[in-house]
Amino acid sequence: MLLEIKNLHANVEGKEILRGINLTINPGEVHAIMGPNGSGKSTLAAVLAGRDGYDVTEGEVLFDGKDLLDLAPEERAAEGLFLAFQYPVEIPGVNTQIFLRAALNGIRKYHGQPELDALSFLKLVKAKTKLVNLDESFLKRSVNENFSGGEKKKAEIFQMALLEPKVAILDETDSGLDIDALKVVSSGVNALKSPNNSTIVITHYQRLLNYIVPDFVHILYKGQIVRSGGKELALELEEGGYDPITAQFTEV
Amino acid sequence: MARTQTNLTQGAVTRYEDAFAQFEREHPAPAWLQTKRREAIQTFARLGFPTVRDEEWKYTDITPAANLVATPIFHFELNGAAAQVRTQLPFQTLEGHRLAFVNGHYAPDLSHIGELPTGVEISPLSEAIAADSERVQQAFGRSVNGEETFVALNTAFAQDGAFVFVPADVELVEPVHLLFLTTGDAATVSHPRNLILLGHNASLKLVETYCSSTEGVYLTNAVTEIESGAGARIEHTKAQLESPKAFHVSTIQVGAARDSQLRSSVLNIGGRLVRNNSIAVMQGEGAEVTLNGLVLTDHEQHIDNHTTMDHAQPHCASHEMYAHVLNDKSVGVFNGKIFVRLDAQKTDAKQSNRTILLSGDATINAKPQLEILADDVRCTHGATIGQLDETAQFYLQTRGVPAREARSILIRAFAGEVLEPISLEVVRDEMEARITAKLK
Repeated sequence: MLLEIKNLHANVEGKEILRGINLTINPGEVHAIMGPNGSGKSTLAAVLAGRDGYDVTEGEVLFDGKDLLDLAPEERAAEGLFLAFQYPVEIPGVNTQIFLRAALNGIRKYHGQPELDALSFLKLVKAKTKLVNLDESFLKRSVNENFSGGEKKKAEIFQMALLEPKVAILDETDSGLDIDALKVVSSGVNALKSPNNSTIVITHYQRLLNYIVPDFVHILYKGQIVRSGGKELALELEEGGYDPITAQFTEV
Repeated sequence: MARTQTNLTQGAVTRYEDAFAQFEREHPAPAWLQTKRREAIQTFARLGFPTVRDEEWKYTDITPAANLVATPIFHFELNGAAAQVRTQLPFQTLEGHRLAFVNGHYAPDLSHIGELPTGVEISPLSEAIAADSERVQQAFGRSVNGEETFVALNTAFAQDGAFVFVPADVELVEPVHLLFLTTGDAATVSHPRNLILLGHNASLKLVETYCSSTEGVYLTNAVTEIESGAGARIEHTKAQLESPKAFHVSTIQVGAARDSQLRSSVLNIGGRLVRNNSIAVMQGEGAEVTLNGLVLTDHEQHIDNHTTMDHAQPHCASHEMYAHVLNDKSVGVFNGKIFVRLDAQKTDAKQSNRTILLSGDATINAKPQLEILADDVRCTHGATIGQLDETAQFYLQTRGVPAREARSILIRAFAGEVLEPISLEVVRDEMEARITAKLK
């Protein structure tokens, strides 16, 4: 298995947000994590990516057999974990190309590989921009600065294509996207699918799952996975909303 | 009663007076300069060194620099060491003209003056004085405040520096690089003195570099006076790359005539205790002055920038952007004075001072100081103090950029606001490389 989350508990500012998550993800699988606002979806993504300020109080996460929680964010990236941000960060003054080169070379260095020369880097980057229909000119701009919502999400998927992760977590990638952008982003994600990697799609709405079809759907509520099923579970939510499911899990 | 603080440096004042007597004996000057020197040493003796009780020196105790006991070097020749030093000089690939000074003395072996357009003069100040230059005689000390201690001290002991004259309507395309290098293990004091004169519509790119090939203690006390004719354009860049134990005090004063444009960037990476005074007097309508600054410090560095934008005439514009990145126990001081005189209507003055504290022990003392006597003006100032953007750093890390490099990338982006406008690519790139190296 690629990712194994066992009894994961995490606090944010002293408050317990994740309360015992168990999830196993195998190569080639697409998992959707759905849930109402405040259920802990984004917290789970942040904890997996290694963000400061999230305290894991219990449990463990194995990534391809390694203790994920013991690694710095950049080491997680180098091991093959990728997080597509819900709100990609604008970084004025940092050229996109310089950023991407630092990222690629950081990962190569981690694996003891030589740095990519400028030419091979550029060739690689240009090939990947086609996947999500991004104009190459974005490489000359500052990271995400003044990008439209659609451009930002496309740029995230482009980065994913460049870094070729084993596990990609898409955190609310559908938020703020019109239908055309959603299609481009989804087809990008689908094109990157392989029997060796897996995808976790975090979303509030079922809409995205029409385009990125999951093998498994999990419902997160109050920091726990309260139900798991196939893609039909998402359709059930589409019709009835979260209430019928969450009503059974009132707090003790 | 003399003030206690002053007493701490009284011995130093006496030492400089004694050294002056020796200096005069060994380096007789033409009568006009001798008069100026004598007036200056008297002014210096009367003023003494400032203390933290002086408003202008509130956050910077200059006593250690004042009290530096140094053997005067009134003669110096690099001799055989030139070849060795040459390879270590900053901005080596910068095209154009270079005047180099070692321990305050002109070093012809390290200098290079290319072909010059008619009428342009670039020479060591000592040679211009020896040649009895009328221009130097008239302009020397005209644009600086002789009633400031360090300017007075510099004037008393000034031996060398650069003299640059660009006549009217001449655009000097290639930059002029003034390089001041301190070598040797002995504590030294140098007083570089630069005089830069531009005629109407003349244009000049000037780079001043202060550096060392020693890790030792020394004091550089530099004065650069710049006079621009109407419509002249000057791009000035100062790279302060002194040794980590060095004291550095400098005064740059610019008289900006009608419709002239000056852009100055003062980049501070080196030095233990540093004070830069940048003063721009807008003497003619339509003058436009930009004073930018960058401060990157660590350990116990203390770097103080005092700027003055003196709007003496109407319809002038001034822009100011100071960026500080302070680590460890270092201290930054920024005092930005904007003075709008009574007649200076339609003044447009903008000042911004931004600081990133990389450590909880680092300190910034930032003070905008606005004195506005005219009523129809636009003056804005803003100051921000914060840490490095954690969200941005996390974002970079999630893409595989190591933490330290992510930090360095963000700091360089921050510094970029000051570096970007510098048109000389060699200077910009090397400064960025030096910043990167310092952050490692």
